[in-house]
Amino acid sequence: MAKVLYNEPSPLETLVISRNFRKEGSETLDGYLANDGYKAFLKAKEMTPEAIIEEVKTSALRGRGGAGFPTGLKWSFVPRTSPKPKYIVINADESEPGTCKDRLLMEYDPHQLIEGIIIAGLAMDAHKGYLYIRGEYRFIIEHMNRAIEEAYKRGYLGKNICGTGFDFDLYTHSGAGAYECGEETALLDSLEGKRGIPRMKPPFPAVAGAWACPTLLNNVETFATIPAIIRDGGAAYAALGVPKSGGTRLLCISGHVNKPGVYEVPLGYPMMKAINDIAGGMRGGRKLKAVVPGGSSCPILRADECDVPMDYDSIAKIGSMMGSGGMVVLDETTDMVKFALRIMRFYAHESCGWCIPCREGTTWLRKILQRFDDGGGRKDDVRVLGEVSKNMLGRTFCALGDAAAMPTISIVEKFSEDFDKRLAMQGSGLVTING
Amino acid sequence: MTFSPQLEERFAKMLQAYPEGKKRSAVVPMLIYAQDETGAVTPELIEEVAKRCEVTPLQVDEVVGYYSMLHRKPQGKFHVQVCTSISCMLVGGTELYDQACKKLGVGHKQTTADGVFSLEEVECMGACSWAPCVEVNYDYHHNVSPEKFDALIDGLRKAQ
Amino acid sequence: MANLVKVKINGQEFEAEKGTLLIEAARQNGIEIPAFCYYEGYSLQAACRMCLVEVEGTPKLQVGCTLPVDVNRDGSPMVVHTESETVKSARKGTLELLLTNHPLDCPVCDKGGECELQDMVFKYGAGESRYSETKVHTPEKQWSPVVFFDAPRCILCYRCVRACNEGMGVGALGIGNRGVIAEIIPNKHDHLECDECGSCIDICPVGALTSGTYRYQTRPWEMNHVGTVCTHCGDGCKTTLGVRDGEIMRGNNRDRSGINDEFLCVKGRYAFDFVNHPDRLQSPMLKNASGGHDPISWSQALDMVAKKFSEVKARNGKFGIIGSNHTTNEENYFLQKFARQGLGTKNIDHHRTGDLATLFDALSGKNDTLASVGDLYTAKAVLVVGNDLSQQHPLLANQIRANFRHHAAHIYTVTTGEVREDKQSIAKVRVKQGGELAGVESLREQLKAEASLVILFGDSVQGDSLRKLVAFGDSLGIPVKYIGLVDYSNSRGAFDMGIIPRDGGLSREQMLAATDLDVLWVVGANPLKSATLASNAFVVVSEMFMTETAKRADLILPAASAYEKSGTVTNVTGEVQKLKPAAKVMGTKTDLEIAGSIAKEMGLNLGIWLPDKMLEEIRSTVHGYNVPMPILSTGGAAPTQPLNGRVAALPGTIASSGDTLFTSGTLGRYSKMLNSVMEAPGALYGGNK
Ligand SMILES: Cc1cc2nc3c(=O)[nH]c(=O)nc-3n(C[C@H](O)[C@H](O)[C@H](O)COP(=O)(O)O)c2cc1C
Ligand code: SF4
Ligand code: FES
Repeated sequence: MAKVLYNEPSPLETLVISRNFRKEGSETLDGYLANDGYKAFLKAKEMTPEAIIEEVKTSALRGRGGAGFPTGLKWSFVPRTSPKPKYIVINADESEPGTCKDRLLMEYDPHQLIEGIIIAGLAMDAHKGYLYIRGEYRFIIEHMNRAIEEAYKRGYLGKNICGTGFDFDLYTHSGAGAYECGEETALLDSLEGKRGIPRMKPPFPAVAGAWACPTLLNNVETFATIPAIIRDGGAAYAALGVPKSGGTRLLCISGHVNKPGVYEVPLGYPMMKAINDIAGGMRGGRKLKAVVPGGSSCPILRADECDVPMDYDSIAKIGSMMGSGGMVVLDETTDMVKFALRIMRFYAHESCGWCIPCREGTTWLRKILQRFDDGGGRKDDVRVLGEVSKNMLGRTFCALGDAAAMPTISIVEKFSEDFDKRLAMQGSGLVTING
Repeated sequence: MTFSPQLEERFAKMLQAYPEGKKRSAVVPMLIYAQDETGAVTPELIEEVAKRCEVTPLQVDEVVGYYSMLHRKPQGKFHVQVCTSISCMLVGGTELYDQACKKLGVGHKQTTADGVFSLEEVECMGACSWAPCVEVNYDYHHNVSPEKFDALIDGLRKAQ
Repeated sequence: MANLVKVKINGQEFEAEKGTLLIEAARQNGIEIPAFCYYEGYSLQAACRMCLVEVEGTPKLQVGCTLPVDVNRDGSPMVVHTESETVKSARKGTLELLLTNHPLDCPVCDKGGECELQDMVFKYGAGESRYSETKVHTPEKQWSPVVFFDAPRCILCYRCVRACNEGMGVGALGIGNRGVIAEIIPNKHDHLECDECGSCIDICPVGALTSGTYRYQTRPWEMNHVGTVCTHCGDGCKTTLGVRDGEIMRGNNRDRSGINDEFLCVKGRYAFDFVNHPDRLQSPMLKNASGGHDPISWSQALDMVAKKFSEVKARNGKFGIIGSNHTTNEENYFLQKFARQGLGTKNIDHHRTGDLATLFDALSGKNDTLASVGDLYTAKAVLVVGNDLSQQHPLLANQIRANFRHHAAHIYTVTTGEVREDKQSIAKVRVKQGGELAGVESLREQLKAEASLVILFGDSVQGDSLRKLVAFGDSLGIPVKYIGLVDYSNSRGAFDMGIIPRDGGLSREQMLAATDLDVLWVVGANPLKSATLASNAFVVVSEMFMTETAKRADLILPAASAYEKSGTVTNVTGEVQKLKPAAKVMGTKTDLEIAGSIAKEMGLNLGIWLPDKMLEEIRSTVHGYNVPMPILSTGGAAPTQPLNGRVAALPGTIASSGDTLFTSGTLGRYSKMLNSVMEAPGALYGGNK
């Protein structure tokens, strides 16, 4: 009897990193050990750091946090021979609207993550790791603390891990409510006890990250994938996906589908198949209107664009992104004015305020959209929305500005009829507010 | 200022976690864990955290203003956070928030007169696939229907 | 310049040192890239995004304030456009965004006419906006008597935060909230506790931070700007006084001329208001029978002094003359000439606040052993002995902080209590008063390893221990320079000009204690504040205020302040600068005029008593003062070399008056602004905490 998960699994999934999820006791060390737990670490211990990094490169694993940067390449940037201490930082800020997968990896299989982290420690010659978890996930912080404590007690963390002579300390670190702290350099500032303001790059965290020391920073899912890659080999992992997008990833399907949930699929999985077959199709038999493919920062796709394999390059080709794996499905009843407004409320609320274009731009866009939604829309609002967004695009300090601009640009371009419809309603006297 | 022994133990461990001379790193977690005990980030707490983390009170104050979970006024015994971010909004989050306003008789970031409930409309909490989602203090409630919500609040009211 | 590379900006090829920030490289070649947050000398922010430029081969616009100049991968020069259509429209777009929440009421803004935002909008024609939503509004706040903050005008360039944190080392300003409601916050929740230096106000490009003394009093174009030297401490900061109708409205040094660049402390920036204090003496006064004073005319007064001096001189009576450490070199020179040649007395002295005599003597015969203000910014290592520098010598402290920030200078402190320099020091030694030398000795090994060193020392190191300090310096085997710290704007000049009891004259204390003194002539000093006069001498005092000494005077002559006259002063590091008159107070005369008029009445021939003539004489007769005139007349600081020839030991005590950042002898007492800040009067060595 499988235990009760947040959502029913789908038989169409390819289980790699979620393979233990439904097993009873998967969150305990014994449960993990019963399923080849920590064997990858012991294998990695026999490999050279270069070989570990090579294996990760071969796996064609790309960062699961949002940007999709090739993980092996990132690992190779850390100067592992630097005399400074090196740190591993794990991004568990998971705040991108539409995304809810990292928490499952921590809830159901914390030791898989810990194993991934200590393998990274081996490869980087790092001996300390910080797991930065968003403050709202307090129950997960406590859960991870228990897992870490267990690992310490049984010799999987701390001094001389499994008698290998390798030491590693892992700590949880709570955030306190700030999306921007998911951005890697803002996260580091937050970790150092400051406001979560992004840093100038270069230097990149790999060279000067936490406390100005070389730092490897990856997403939870990225680290959780490492044991499988080492255990089964990079090539086997890569083969699950498509070229340049290796392996599987957790897809968080939400919105107007019959069976929303987090499912593990290989990279390159057809989007429509995910919606129709895995997520049970559209709710109430309604028509698909749009899909946000990878979290709210990604340009939105019209229904007719959704016949696409879900891998980094294919989605990029149609002008959007795989992002964080947060796939939000919208049906024909969705009012895109409201949707755009809700997205912009998020970014205006979460803008750290450091640079002018993001701080002022997100607020301006929010105000226009709010007025529009309140019935005070004006004919040239759509144009202004587009222009202001483009004015922000590529000009902000960090990618949050782009993350706010891109969906807006795509919505006003692809769904201008929703705005026109609202204007027409106002014109017909149904609504009479002048902004 | 002193905290409960458990918290003191947590702080002691925490200050060991960061590299030598980097006590400042503990500012954010220390504030949030302490807030759970003190109910709010008071000027006194700011001074205390500044002292423990070897920074100026202003440096702590800057942090307090930045993070949305840190608050300077006490919240209700049950802090009800209703997510209306995109995934929740699509499946009734907004309506749930309106219902919460009515049910509790308060609005965004307000507390009921008896101090039992406070309400906040929040951004994505990481429960998108099991939306709509409500978090009460640190407890997540998934797939919250209007009925489930009413029952949740009624249950809490009885429990307090 | 080690590594020059080519860079092409707007079609022109230039050379720049590899790694120079593009914005600087452009500036060096006369191309201005607009910027709000970039500020030379402070950390990079890249926040305002005004400096975006186009770089060929990179699709996105690049941030000019953080982009290091380098050659392209193929070795070809970087090709940059700072005025292309794309760049201009991006700039316009940023300004439009910036103005969305900025009030557009320039005519009633205090900064109108000198606002960088206004200028930028004017220049890039971003006057029109598509913005039609409501603006974020918060009420204006007062953070201290001198600092007001109007959040809506703030563009969050973080200059003020950096000026306070990095520049001043105070850290009284930070950033609160986030996103569009982020704002600058003070360290004490709703008010500031700081140096009250006003650097934040001065550096603010817009009208967000305004000054309590100046705001809404005048428009910038209604003022004349007079560059002169601050009269308070010995550091000699250049200050530009904004003057309207003979009244000083503000002080700053925004033109960055002078040894202090933009730096000014609370005294330099605000404490000019003693000039207009209602208690200023504006008429000569004669003591009456009841011990009070009655006004008399200048001609009566001068006549009376001349008669008295002539009479006492004729009968070979005893004179005592106490000069000032605020008056000009010209005045001091003339005064000692008056004493020695005109009155035939050696009894001349001033309140000596540091042992310059021993220092010069101990260093005599050596070259290049006196450090300048500039040296403190470049020195590899600095040792501060027995002084609370950030309180007593704010500019010197600022130089050291900047040196630490930009060059990671090694700082050592040997003091009796906590000082701000400790924060950056690599070694701090706490000693008891008198234990300074032992403290210095304990640093020997570390100091020996330095490439060179500047030693600053206060009044606790004098006489014998000063000779030992110099011997210690010699024994390190590295180049060592010294700064003998003295208080007040022209202590150094008073010494160099000869307001000292050399060749057997009476010291200040001896004059006061002598029972047979016939005349005591006090010029701009207040010796009776803490001492009594033993004799029944006829006392002539030229002063600005009714001080303890003036009260005792038989005759008071109302003197002009430093902000009301021409002349030169020599700062603590021996650098000479010119004063320029900014204000005029009715009824007063400068001390040069006063002494000159007395000489004339007495029929003495002491030369033409005009400041310029006197300076000529100083340049040709005072050792080390043959300073280049072009430097002086263009407002620069000319170094002096007064090191040759031995100065025999002088009688008398040497003691600093221990002024803090918020006190300044008599002048400080009469500055309302200085006394209005909550930090006043302050204490040295963290004593008020
Ligand atoms: C505004 C913003 C928010 C982000 N939030 C997250 C997040 O919550 N979690 C995450 O893993 N990455 C987030 N990222 C991406 C990180 O900056 C970084 O690329 C990632 O953590 C690197 O890990 P990866 O290579 O394993 O993906 C965010 C980026 C931006 C610009
Ligand atoms: S107050 Fe002035 S200097 Fe400070 S951040 Fe605002 S605009 Fe910049
Ligand atoms: S000057 Fe470059 S971003 Fe402000």
